[in-house]
Amino acid sequence: MCLGVPMQVITISADLAVCEIDGVRREASLMMIDDVQVGDYVLIHAGFAIEKIDQAEARLTLDVLRAALDEGLLPE
Amino acid sequence: MNLFAPFRDPVLARGQLAVIARQVEDYPGTMTLMEVCGTHTMAIAQHGIRALLPAKIRLISGPGCPVCVTPVTYVDHAVALARRPDTIIATFGDMLRVPGSSSSLQREQAAGATVRVVYSPLDAVALAGNHPGQTVVFLGVGFETTAPTIAGAIITARRQGLHNFLVLCAHKTIPMPMAVLASDPALQVDGYLCPAHVSAIIGANAYRSLAERKHVPCVITGFEPLDILQGVLMLARQLVAGEARVETQYRRVVKPEGNRKAQALLAEVFEPGTAQWRGLGEIPGSGLRLRPEYADFDARQLPVAIEAPREAAGCRCGEILKGQVLPRDCPLFGSTCTPEDPVGACMVSSEGTCAAEYKYGP
Repeated sequence: MCLGVPMQVITISADLAVCEIDGVRREASLMMIDDVQVGDYVLIHAGFAIEKIDQAEARLTLDVLRAALDEGLLPE
Repeated sequence: MNLFAPFRDPVLARGQLAVIARQVEDYPGTMTLMEVCGTHTMAIAQHGIRALLPAKIRLISGPGCPVCVTPVTYVDHAVALARRPDTIIATFGDMLRVPGSSSSLQREQAAGATVRVVYSPLDAVALAGNHPGQTVVFLGVGFETTAPTIAGAIITARRQGLHNFLVLCAHKTIPMPMAVLASDPALQVDGYLCPAHVSAIIGANAYRSLAERKHVPCVITGFEPLDILQGVLMLARQLVAGEARVETQYRRVVKPEGNRKAQALLAEVFEPGTAQWRGLGEIPGSGLRLRPEYADFDARQLPVAIEAPREAAGCRCGEILKGQVLPRDCPLFGSTCTPEDPVGACMVSSEGTCAAEYKYGP
């Protein structure tokens, strides 16, 4: 039930944003977050944007995962 | 390409698994890690993560499927409301097939009741606006991720001056039952994979007293397979080092303080109250009830007769929700209880432990 879909903000008017992922568009309420800009990634749950997604943090997490690859993969 | 696709990359996953294996190599004994959230349970089953982890790491499922922990008497109440004239029940889809004592919303719908599945509580508000002669009752089930969306819907309904939008509220909050389970000697939870999106709302700091007082490592973990593997690795590292801290793996979304605006919405509409959990019983302060200022939105003001609650004989949902027994330990699993014809809530919900085992298990 706590599923959230990461979507990109396409347009904003007042408290509503149109968001998109993989070509699917949906309206979402912005009642729960501040300072959203067009182009931001947000997490959509039950018709509400519940949080912004920090792309820089996403890249840092992936960097750690990639570093693990270098340290972890044993030779076949 | 989707920005988040690398979080499903099998090559990265193999690397992460190799690091995990090396990390636990010299660890004496087993690490029992509980994934609290139903969305984790489903993702772990779907991606076959249990079978990929070293035998020393045991993943057990916790009480984090909101539909599953909703007591049978709540379903009976919803059924009773559905039988009222001029009433529309609006609900997330998962609740539709949950068996009550003698009926379910789906059966009531077949018998002529109006039950509408909505994607957002705001859709239920719109339904009330479009049907002024009828009463729309929204089934308010869910944890801290979902509860603010219901708070938002109630505030929206008040702004629109709607008097025919009511909520049957059974919201629950997650840290308290985690503390209860951490103290259960029968379980011995060594570490928690904390829910991703509940934590987006309540923040990482919400688990600090749990980690410190019960000495259980807590790692807030995202829902993608790579997130889960990294979360497991972070827990394993803490256990090897003998630590018990709150860490956040899901840093792209979760902040230490959480989402303050969502917290303010919750505090505006709800206050803490005692909640009844299937399997765990009554836990004071683990529920959210409407504040007196919002009592006019409470569906409990509608007079209905609710039947005496009766749990299905033989169903072990209660123990499964505490991680005490596995779905296959239940005599009903796969025989009388299947996703097509479920007996217990854990088999109904798309994120129930039994549904996950039935769909993806061996």
